[in-house]
Amino acid sequence: MNRFLASSLGKKAVMALTGLFLISFLVVHCAINSLIFYNDGGVNFNAGAEFMGTNPIIRTMEIVLFIGILLHIYQALILTLNNNKARPVKYTLNAASANSKWYSRSMGLLGTLILMFLIIHLKQFWVISRFTDEITGGHTTLFAKMQEAFSSPWVVVVYLFAMISLGYHLLHGFRSAFQTLGLNNKKYTPFIQAIGTGFSVIVPFIFAMMPVSIHMGWVK
Amino acid sequence: MNLTLKIWRQKNAKEAGNLVTYQVKDISEDMSFLEMFDVLNEQLVHKGEEPIAFDHDCREGICGMCSMFINGRAHGPAQGTTTCQLHMRKFKDGDTIVVEPWRARAFPVVKDLIVDRSAFDRVISSGGFISVNTGNAKDANNIPVPKQDADNAFAAAACIGCGACVAACKNSSAMLFVSAKVSQLALLPQGAIERESRVLNMVKQMDEEGFGNCTNTYACEAECPKEISVENIARMNREYLRANLK
Amino acid sequence: MTKLDSKIPEGPLETKWTHYKSTIPLVNPSNKRSMEVIIVGSGLAGASAASSLAELGYQVKCFCFQDSPRRAHSIAAQGGINAAKNYQNDGDSTFRLFYDTVKGGDYRSREGNVYRLAEVSANIIDQCVAQGVPFAREYGGYLSNRSFGGTQVQRTFYAAGQTGQQLLLGAYSGLERQVGLGTVKMYSRHEMLEIVVIDGKARGIIARDLISGKLERHFGHAVLLCSGGYGNVFYLSTNAMGSNVTAAWKAHRRGALFGNPCFTQIHPTCIPVSGDHQSKLTLMSESLRNDGRIWVPKKKDDSRKPVDIPEEERDYYLERRYPAFGNLVPRDVASRAAKERCDAGYGVGTSKMAVYLDFAFNTLRYGKVEANKRSIHNPSQEELKKLGQEVIKEKYGNLFEMYEKITGENPYEMPMRIYPAVHYTMGGLWVDYELMTTVPGLYSLGEANFSDHGANRLGASALMQGLADGYFVIPYTIGSYLSKDISTKAIPTDHAAFMDAEKNAQERLDKLMNIKGTKSADHFHKKLGKVMWDKCGMARNEKGLTEAISEIRAIREEFWKDLRIPGTQNELNTELEKAGRVADFLELGELMCQDALLRKESCGGHFREESQTPDGEAKRDDDNFSYVAAWEFKDAGKWELHKEELIFDIVHPTQRSYK
Repeated sequence: MNRFLASSLGKKAVMALTGLFLISFLVVHCAINSLIFYNDGGVNFNAGAEFMGTNPIIRTMEIVLFIGILLHIYQALILTLNNNKARPVKYTLNAASANSKWYSRSMGLLGTLILMFLIIHLKQFWVISRFTDEITGGHTTLFAKMQEAFSSPWVVVVYLFAMISLGYHLLHGFRSAFQTLGLNNKKYTPFIQAIGTGFSVIVPFIFAMMPVSIHMGWVK
Repeated sequence: MNLTLKIWRQKNAKEAGNLVTYQVKDISEDMSFLEMFDVLNEQLVHKGEEPIAFDHDCREGICGMCSMFINGRAHGPAQGTTTCQLHMRKFKDGDTIVVEPWRARAFPVVKDLIVDRSAFDRVISSGGFISVNTGNAKDANNIPVPKQDADNAFAAAACIGCGACVAACKNSSAMLFVSAKVSQLALLPQGAIERESRVLNMVKQMDEEGFGNCTNTYACEAECPKEISVENIARMNREYLRANLK
Repeated sequence: MTKLDSKIPEGPLETKWTHYKSTIPLVNPSNKRSMEVIIVGSGLAGASAASSLAELGYQVKCFCFQDSPRRAHSIAAQGGINAAKNYQNDGDSTFRLFYDTVKGGDYRSREGNVYRLAEVSANIIDQCVAQGVPFAREYGGYLSNRSFGGTQVQRTFYAAGQTGQQLLLGAYSGLERQVGLGTVKMYSRHEMLEIVVIDGKARGIIARDLISGKLERHFGHAVLLCSGGYGNVFYLSTNAMGSNVTAAWKAHRRGALFGNPCFTQIHPTCIPVSGDHQSKLTLMSESLRNDGRIWVPKKKDDSRKPVDIPEEERDYYLERRYPAFGNLVPRDVASRAAKERCDAGYGVGTSKMAVYLDFAFNTLRYGKVEANKRSIHNPSQEELKKLGQEVIKEKYGNLFEMYEKITGENPYEMPMRIYPAVHYTMGGLWVDYELMTTVPGLYSLGEANFSDHGANRLGASALMQGLADGYFVIPYTIGSYLSKDISTKAIPTDHAAFMDAEKNAQERLDKLMNIKGTKSADHFHKKLGKVMWDKCGMARNEKGLTEAISEIRAIREEFWKDLRIPGTQNELNTELEKAGRVADFLELGELMCQDALLRKESCGGHFREESQTPDGEAKRDDDNFSYVAAWEFKDAGKWELHKEELIFDIVHPTQRSYK
């Protein structure tokens, strides 16, 4: 196992597995948050949020989730450092766009943007839910917090930008995870790739619609 | 046509190099890229200057020796083409062409455009073979191989070991090269016996040589003169996981 | 006097090799471990010999001038490898392969050697398959064969158009395995510059590290030269740019006789020269002649586009002259016929030195078959063409692509333009049945030796010979020599003979560097090539050859006066490498002309205009020339001829006819 984790392929496998795990989290997160689109003043959404905040299984998974995120970041750092060392002298002219997509070459940058967003996002909602009694004490609701946050156009812009980054990160990451795990097959690969593309567009789009809808007052 | 060339000159592995500008005139569009270099070198020799050192041998796209990074692309702008088979009709009169060596820690520059690719040989000698001594073999038709497997093995075996995959990859990863050999032998029944030790040893050697990690940009496949598929990389990933789980 | 003993074992042809193998003295395994073998060259012959000998236990050092042993020019062979497997049940046998090879070589090879080659051919395929060489297969999973070079059986194994590549990579993987095990030490980017001879025996080499420029001394109990052919003496050939005669030539200068130097194979289907800048010629596989028809316009200097020339104004000259074999006549015949038409003024293209290879007729024919298969009734010409092109693409797609890359023309629409080009050299170092040259302990394998192909090599036989020598011949025959040498300890490389040889090599390098003239090595190489092609090429005559000899001497003289090599010798210096090789070609070229001049008959690839039948076909003279011409080097420009009579017990020479 040590040998495996020390190898370049082992590290990549960790990236892929944690990546897929984070993708599965996005599904859950997206589903729960979509409850705001009931447009019922956040009743359903707040109930969902409370369930997520109190269910012991979910709370345990939350810890696993953070471990996943940290592993994903840690491994990415190691790999990036390694990759930089692999080419000490750079090309004067490199027409990389002729042979690959910009976002596939920019996973580190996209990931960093997402991480920065994540810090803001956690501070705005997660810290308040877990470490203060604002919500648990019944002073306010998570939905109200959203309305408050998204009333600022700047916050909406940051969220939109972050979701675009997430979309591109997923566009490469989704199919890449399957490739890295060797799950490649003439019959199923095109199918997986189509799902990946769909996922990378739809999920960030739904997420992006949340701040937009609240800001525009479509969801009240 | 007349061209401006900016070519990487580097005296040896130790000294630093830089781009030097040259002019060539009356280049025919029927010339290959290397023949254009011949013309330039002839000029340089005539002037008593040292010609540009570059690797080349068969000049028919199969030996894998030629290796130039032309205008930011491994083997230049043509798809599925080695530098020696790139012809000047792909360029226009007045063009400026930048030529650099492959760049990777595992491929140190020897001189000018020549790099040391012996890392590839060491990867092969760590496991890219089937251990069969001369005389061991029994009749060839005793080992039937499904045609599809044989064809896939052949497609992987078409690799010429030029290193364009490493040169094009943003991480200087050798995954396409290594996986092509792992795939070829993993697909054949003859190779099945050593499949675990082979992939473990080859990946270990690949890592030790200082190549980067694959991030699935597929630049390698796009620039490979033999258009080796990245499916081989997936297969090697699978083989590697499998070998580690055993 | 003759010092040539071919050492063909006694007894019936069929049992010579078996008998030899079971009676030769052996070297016991513990002794093998203390014996060193040097191998120069890492192509099919060199790589297969290196791995096979290392597997037996010998300590092997292998040298190649390329950056990796995998780049040797064997890699460029396209078509296939022959083997008498009779998998197709079409009557093939060891004897038939033997017979075809002797006849194809126009009765200028040794029966004993050729029979052995045919005998071990089947083992080669077994060995390669076991190594993982991905040969083409049928749907049932068994090996596929095709016919090649006009033989009547299907005995050619192939891997698309990359057979040489796949076989070489197989041999290379075996070699690298031994490198990993530590039994072979590989020296890449090294060039052999001298043979070291001690007490009459080859005991090592002097090699130049091409990166540092330093000379190195290497000891070996035996030395194997597997350094390939010398086709680059013509400057333009299908050989790789680096292919050279240097190793063989140094051996020749140290006493190894050179056999049949004038026997050169000109391949009929190559992409023609497009200008003065041309650095090499590219082969288009012989298999194209299965579906392409060769023609020229009936009118001289016809400058119409080929598609605009109507059928009745085309001259399908091969079909006209050789109705029985048509476009599938052997290589030497097809090449000469193309030259004849172009010389007579019917050539096509801008240079007028090309003929058409036209796929239009067979495209339509395949189109009709396809239309029937798909039940398309009354298809239009366009539809037929499209369907046919799909079939052609499947068969020759990679070759058509290569043609388009090089010429910029689309061969699906326009006929290809082709012209013959130098491809292979049947001549080489003279060796006996054990592959030993006239210098004891010095062996030569593969194309580097004068080989088993006589005066003309059949398609798909070069790969067979290289691997036969390396895998299945030398591991046995070397034992016969080394078994007598087990008490010889490794000779220290400060021995006087090593120092002398190194001094020799050093002096030559100094001499080259110090000319400080005005012209590049390529300048002289091109000049030499032109003389060789014009006067010692596809057709030769006394006047031309005599002229050629004095012209080559003059070029040589100029070379040693006016060569310029920039840079120094203590670094990677490609001009110095080239110059050394050209210097050797300049000597070899003269010997080839001498040999061609002496051989007044026409045979195989050697066509003397004085010796032809009334209808212009090659005429052999068995009474006077049924021998191997083996030349001994005396001094620059001086050789002594030795003859090895060829005795045909089984196959009786007849005039070849393809009418």
